[in-house]
Amino acid sequence: MTTTTNTNTNTSAGAGAGTGPRADDGPEDDEVRVPSPGDPFDQDDLPTPPGATGSLLRSLLAPHRRGVVLTVLALLLQQGAVQSGPLIVAYAIDSAVPAFRDHAYGPLIAVGVGFLLTACCSAAFQYAYIQLSARVSQNVLLDLRGRIFRHAQALSVDFHDRYTSGRVISRATTDVESLRELLSEGLQELVNVILASAYITAMLLWLDLGIGSVAALSFVPLFVLIRLYRRRAARAYGERSSAIAAVIVKFVETMNGIRPVRAFRREQANDEHFAVLNHRHERANGTAMLEMARYVVGSRLIANTAVAGMVLWGAYRVAGGTLELGVLAAAVLFIRRLYDPIDRLAMFLNSYESAAASLKKIAGLLEQTPSVPEPSVPRPLPALQDERPGREVEFDGVSFGYRTGGEVLPPFDLTFPAGQTVAVVGSTGAGKSTLAKLLARFYDPSHGRVLLDGVDLRELSTAELRRGVVMVTQEAFLFSGSVAENIAIGRPDASRAEIERAAKAIGAHDFIAALPDGYDTDVRKRGGRISAGQRQLVAFARALLADPAVLILDEATSSLDIPGERAVQRAMLTVLRGRTAVVIAHRLSTVEIADRVLVMEGGRVIEDGSPAELIGGTGVFAGLHRAWRESVVS
Amino acid sequence: MPTTPSPTTETGRSDGKDQLASPARQSAVRTLLRLWPYVRPVRARWAGAAAVAVLASCLALVFPLVLKWIVDGPVTDRDPGGVWLGAGVLLALGIAEALLFGLRRWLVARPLAGVEAAMRADLYRHLQRLPVAFHDKWASGQLLSRGTTDLMVVRMFLAFPLTFLIVNGVTIAAGLTVLVVQDWGLGLVLLAPAVPLIAVCYRFEHGYAGASRRAQDQVGDLTTVVEESVLGIRIIKGFGRHRSQARAFRELSGRLRGTELAKARLLAGILAVITLLPEVALGAALVLGTVQVADGKLTAGTLVAFLSTALALRWPIESIGFLLAMSQEAATATRRYFEVLDAEEEDPRVRADSGEPGRDGLRFDGVEFRYPDAAQGSVPTLRHIDLHIRSGETLALVGATGSGKTTLTALVPRLYDVTAGRITLDGRDITAMPRDELRTLVSMAFEEPTLFSASVAENVLMGAAADTAGRPGALARALGVAQADFVQRLPAGADTEVGEQGLSLSGGQRQRLALARSVVGAPRYLVLDDPLSALDVHTEAAVEAALRRVLADSTALVVAHRPSTVLLADRVALLSQGRIAAVGTHHELLRTNAEYRHLMSGDEAETEEAGDR
Repeated sequence: MTTTTNTNTNTSAGAGAGTGPRADDGPEDDEVRVPSPGDPFDQDDLPTPPGATGSLLRSLLAPHRRGVVLTVLALLLQQGAVQSGPLIVAYAIDSAVPAFRDHAYGPLIAVGVGFLLTACCSAAFQYAYIQLSARVSQNVLLDLRGRIFRHAQALSVDFHDRYTSGRVISRATTDVESLRELLSEGLQELVNVILASAYITAMLLWLDLGIGSVAALSFVPLFVLIRLYRRRAARAYGERSSAIAAVIVKFVETMNGIRPVRAFRREQANDEHFAVLNHRHERANGTAMLEMARYVVGSRLIANTAVAGMVLWGAYRVAGGTLELGVLAAAVLFIRRLYDPIDRLAMFLNSYESAAASLKKIAGLLEQTPSVPEPSVPRPLPALQDERPGREVEFDGVSFGYRTGGEVLPPFDLTFPAGQTVAVVGSTGAGKSTLAKLLARFYDPSHGRVLLDGVDLRELSTAELRRGVVMVTQEAFLFSGSVAENIAIGRPDASRAEIERAAKAIGAHDFIAALPDGYDTDVRKRGGRISAGQRQLVAFARALLADPAVLILDEATSSLDIPGERAVQRAMLTVLRGRTAVVIAHRLSTVEIADRVLVMEGGRVIEDGSPAELIGGTGVFAGLHRAWRESVVS
Repeated sequence: MPTTPSPTTETGRSDGKDQLASPARQSAVRTLLRLWPYVRPVRARWAGAAAVAVLASCLALVFPLVLKWIVDGPVTDRDPGGVWLGAGVLLALGIAEALLFGLRRWLVARPLAGVEAAMRADLYRHLQRLPVAFHDKWASGQLLSRGTTDLMVVRMFLAFPLTFLIVNGVTIAAGLTVLVVQDWGLGLVLLAPAVPLIAVCYRFEHGYAGASRRAQDQVGDLTTVVEESVLGIRIIKGFGRHRSQARAFRELSGRLRGTELAKARLLAGILAVITLLPEVALGAALVLGTVQVADGKLTAGTLVAFLSTALALRWPIESIGFLLAMSQEAATATRRYFEVLDAEEEDPRVRADSGEPGRDGLRFDGVEFRYPDAAQGSVPTLRHIDLHIRSGETLALVGATGSGKTTLTALVPRLYDVTAGRITLDGRDITAMPRDELRTLVSMAFEEPTLFSASVAENVLMGAAADTAGRPGALARALGVAQADFVQRLPAGADTEVGEQGLSLSGGQRQRLALARSVVGAPRYLVLDDPLSALDVHTEAAVEAALRRVLADSTALVVAHRPSTVLLADRVALLSQGRIAAVGTHHELLRTNAEYRHLMSGDEAETEEAGDR
């Protein structure tokens, strides 16, 4: 792992506590994280061990070895069929013509049948080749896309906070596209090049060792040129891939924030900024194409000089009597064809370099190890006792800090008995959200263990963990799809009746039913506009449906109106009765239903007791509560 | 959607098709011609490159002639001078060829990158100016895939297939002419497959166009799923749904694979036909030619020359299949691109104003609003809105979830246009002023505080007109109002980069910056949508106190969920089911209106009568 955390300079300002990430965070966590200069995340250049790109490509192709072999075979046979055409022509002129004059039609029929046969073969193998190669390359792409996607999903939240969504999108789309080009066109070129070069060099060597050797030797400068090109192209394509990722990031940001863009008249400024990024991509794109042009000139020059040289040398040897004229004639014809594949080689190199740059970026993403890994041998949670749906939560000597230092939570022990509703309050950067995230296992503690009914969270499989603990955050993102589907994220196998029951319990049913297609309304389509408050209700319905043993609400009611908040509280007293609940809210109304209140400050719990006890006391909470009462009752 | 077979494919595609009047049956050529305005600026270089390509392929034909001449001439005659000359010519030709190859690429490299960039910039520019309603309908992944992969396809088309369709077309035409001239009988035999080939190509184009459209739309859907899965990562993790998300992704990418394989099948078919028919014709010509040679009607040399010319045409003919496929893909990409570009931008024209300017404040006059994509005849989201916010007054807008509060606020800066009625600012109809002016007058804080990838200062100052932004103290004052003192503790203070590319701020911090942004320009009109939801009690109280001073100088509409926010306002309007149900002070409404009481206190008793929604 290492890179994810090490490169992250944790400059804690202010209270130096809390957690970094965005929307779902505790509202007042003033803790900040700054990418250090030269942060690989900033440069969009995650480190890869040497050879990672190659081994990625190999591991992608390995399962399709049979397919690759068949593809190459089809190509070989097709080329064989194509090359036999001229031989038949020769046979026709040498044998069929005299035979025909002797009224023997056999050879002529053989010519016709033979030619028809090679035509059919070459068409058939062409057909087979394209199908086979498409199958291989599509399977590879499917595999790669899946790997990127699954891996991005497995990576922890704090990775995503820094990598930006645009880059992940870019990896899974434009970078995969480069590989598609390599596989669909490059492979064929490469096989053709190797085949043709080997065949013709062999012919030349067989015709005349001297000229053949010169031809073989001319591969040396060509090889040097290719090396040179590859080095320069790798840089150019790498730059291009980063540049397009930057363009994508800007594009996504603008489209997702189109309302403020319009309201604050950012169009012009955005156009200008986009122009800079777009221009950088344009330059990189053009540079990459010019590298290609340079290579083509170089390789053609080498090839054509070699041809002229060989012809000259051959002609002198003919003059000197050490070479047959016929051999020279044949060699000259072959020499010219020797370098024909050069253009194709260029095309292959082009798509290879572009794909390699993309693969390197993809490999960098895939090299990142999830900082919150799944256990290899998961343990089950103990069976629930006596129908109580809640589970006990225990923080056992837990502390948390980023690896670069900056302790967010000093070591503490804390136990929430099963079924207890715990409200966590505290000011800016008190560490409330970090506490919640440790419990939801968005992060793992630096030391100590978080236990659910005595089982370490790290030993639970994801499925088991999410049956146990569910967290609802302030950020209520809706996925495209229907409202029902969005609620069903809580439990995919839920029936429509169960979904509606959850929505009713939280008071979301009325507004959902009023949508154009009710529960089937696509949230991204016709009339699917859903306000922030409504989204939070949908998020709650999700949590109700998931029916976890432990429910964490991290500022999950911020956009709800008072009746909405009441509905949530009612649901917690009825539907969620008996669950262990951890509620983080800056609005103290939620505290009224809590069995217990924790007041946090600077990462420590400074007050702990029942609401009545604390309100009656003289501590921080009593003061907060007074201020809140005043704001409500007026 | 992660949990069920995703409907996004239908979403994205149908969106693309039925929302925009793009005649799907438009021919590929016609579609590609639309690229002309972008190609126009580089037409000279492009045409130059095409000419160079033709020249280079002609040059390639000269090589065998020179070689033949060397072998037949100087070598046979043992003439060393001639050999040197021949080799020299060969070298010169070789160098010329190399340079021409490079020249072709050099001519178009930067211009075509420029074409791609210009098209992308136009797309971006246009998208920023399309009505917000357009963005409501289109997944940004679909837009993004148009701006990236589709444009790359277009650039590649201009660089390669277009040039070589011309070069190869010329080569084939010249070659066939030569063949027919050499022996018209055999030539016609070779020409025979042209008719069926054209027919097959035509049919292929049709099928392939459909498949490639499907594939590109599916790429767009895939992009959408990736984007959502990253943006919603916390929910996916919170519910442990990354498996089902991955399943949905796999299904979509599996569908894309199916489409790509279908494309490959079509391509394989057409290429097989393109290989087979000319070969068969060539075979027939060979047999006929052999007979003619045997009969003495034709010399063997002519037959050889004839056949080698025919064989030389093999690659140009076979490549047509690929070139057509690539062109078809480019046409699809172009069509997808113009689907978005053809969408109407907001009409910049300004209506003539009949209103009397004066210090009248903000007035809603019989406003009705129905979302542009809502079914005709459906109940409008907002109806009969008559509301007057006097100059300098602050009005709180209260209403149940989904009653239309946010929609109402969006009408003021014309993010949406009213369906009926009018909104006036100081007596001036908002449709009678340019949007830029309107949006300078009206400042907003949205429900969701979006920050952009820029410094804190830039993010805040974007709320001010250019002349105010430079005024010292404006920034500090705005940050002070929003109690955003945390900014000083950021590593680079107000110059710290925030937003997606920069520092991650918490919800409360972002909300305070968004609030600072809305007040920095000391706006005449202020529209705040639940501006304090993510603040804690202490901060909220401090912000309220500071905000009161700002509100005293502006005419403001504030969406409120809580009594504390309502108390910022002079009066309150209750929005219920898209209509203004009551207007009055907080205390009046508390006394007289059950629904209002319910919203403000959440008391159960009133729920039955008031909450019968």
